[in-house]
Amino acid sequence: MNLAYRDIRHGLGRFLLTCVGLGLLLGVVLAMIGIYRGLVVEALTIARAPAVDLWVVEANTRGPFAEASRIPADTREAIARIAGVVAAGSITYQTVEAEYQDRKLRLYVIGYEPTRPGGPPEIEEGHTIARSHFEMVADRSSGLVPRDRVRLGRDTFTVVGSTRQQVSSGGDPVVYIALQDAQKLQFDLAPPAARVQLARGTGGTGRDTVNAVIARLHPNASPDAVAETVRRWKHLAAVTQEAQELILTRSLVDRARRQIGLFTSLLLAVSAVVIALIIYTMTMEKLKQIATLKLIGAPDRTIIGMIVQQALALGLIGFAIGATLIASIKDYFPRRVVLEPDNVLALGVVVVVVCLLASALGVRAALRIDPATALGG
Amino acid sequence: MPDEKANQPPLVRLRNLSKHFGEGETRVDALRDVSLDVQAGEVIALLGPSGSGKTTLLNIIGCILDPSSGSMELDGEVVLRDGRWVRPNLRRLRLDKIGFIFQFHNLMPFLDATDNVALVLQMAGVDPREARLRALELLDYLEVGNRRGSMPAQLSGGEAQRVAIARALANKPRIILADEPTAALDSKRAGIVMDLLRKVAVERDAAIIAVTHDEKIFDRFDRIFNLRDGRLDV
Repeated sequence: MNLAYRDIRHGLGRFLLTCVGLGLLLGVVLAMIGIYRGLVVEALTIARAPAVDLWVVEANTRGPFAEASRIPADTREAIARIAGVVAAGSITYQTVEAEYQDRKLRLYVIGYEPTRPGGPPEIEEGHTIARSHFEMVADRSSGLVPRDRVRLGRDTFTVVGSTRQQVSSGGDPVVYIALQDAQKLQFDLAPPAARVQLARGTGGTGRDTVNAVIARLHPNASPDAVAETVRRWKHLAAVTQEAQELILTRSLVDRARRQIGLFTSLLLAVSAVVIALIIYTMTMEKLKQIATLKLIGAPDRTIIGMIVQQALALGLIGFAIGATLIASIKDYFPRRVVLEPDNVLALGVVVVVVCLLASALGVRAALRIDPATALGG
Repeated sequence: MPDEKANQPPLVRLRNLSKHFGEGETRVDALRDVSLDVQAGEVIALLGPSGSGKTTLLNIIGCILDPSSGSMELDGEVVLRDGRWVRPNLRRLRLDKIGFIFQFHNLMPFLDATDNVALVLQMAGVDPREARLRALELLDYLEVGNRRGSMPAQLSGGEAQRVAIARALANKPRIILADEPTAALDSKRAGIVMDLLRKVAVERDAAIIAVTHDEKIFDRFDRIFNLRDGRLDV
């Protein structure tokens, strides 16, 4: 006869309500872990999108994400000629706000050369940029879909394709446009300012500047060796892909990552205390029954089994509710929530361990109950 | 009590049982040199004012309280000698040889009447199906077979106490300890419960020791003992 099951069945409504409460709490823990993972994944998305091995940026900077970087666009031709480089492309990054359907749309604009590295990794709908001007590939999270038209700067762009889950480290949806359009958007002065510059005699400066040149290397080429070659040009710096990812996670999102990590740890500690309290209270409510069981000769394993099984049932059902809840609503979060199986499993293991530790408190209390408590009123 | 039973060894034999709490100025003597024999088929009552030592004596006979000195035999087995337990597994002894009946029945609220009785049998190692059959027989014997599937909260006080008696009898113990078994019942139901206990004592050859204050059932006991300041008076 399973006493834990019978007791749960007897007070099923109350038990399930407790499970739902615990499930919500564990759901929040899981969401925070997902947000934490999402933050790291999002930070790396843009750096990983072009699938390159080397980033060439302005000297003495760790650009183009952690710091501003501007280098001449013709750097790409010099980089492409280095031994070991298979392909190179110029690229620009900027954040713009555009009007779309009477609302402000914050976009992270990537300018790239359509036939070279730097473009969208995968087109989910439509096609990639086919014309040299005024076409755009937009991430679905922006709300833009193929055939939409949106004004950036002084030009109107037509959305020709959609990507999925391409956002900046700040969570802004990414749009890809042709490099020349991006350069115009980033470096062209507004007409009045341009006229002032012309009048001063300083106008007409070239806008052929990019934020970085990216390079794909031959599989046998060493990124460090090629980076060393690039650094011989004093006006350039080179960062390998590995180093770029490290910059992003250690520098750009480090504080946010640590903040969320700390908050998640606190939530986990709170959950542990709540689980312990619930299980301890559940045991305390059954003191008279436990005393009676001991008095009539129930072995310790019967009492321990009842407490431990109920604690595990509570934890696992609560965890299942929390995990199901977050898995169902994670796509509605404004920023990406990444639930990786190993993270979910790790939390499940933590919940089991917490339940066992919490039930140990209850078991200790139960085993110390004097069976004589059952006698008398 | 039939004469032949009087010649049998007692089911409960207490010799010079004493129990004190504390030492020195704070010492309280709860029991002083209590000696008592209870025969099979006997129903005896322990009376006394609050603090006289009734519950202490019941706890020691139930093997849940260590005495300070004295000896005790239960069902022919020496379990206590010179104030020390000589029987190793007292929990198993309680499960096999002693049945407990409580003032407020103390049934498991999450088990129905049948399972409350079957639980004790299963704890003793009886197969679950066999345990249920024997539980149903016991409920019929105590005339609550019609409430076999009812939860304790659905039973009247008298019915719950009968189920509790069935649970106490489940492992066929020969010693039944009852703590105020009729305190929560009206006089009619108290009489029915005492008649049942007498029936159990006679038909199952058991000894029943009850702590009670309930004057309306005094006539149902074979012997009544008074405890005053830890001493037993007949």
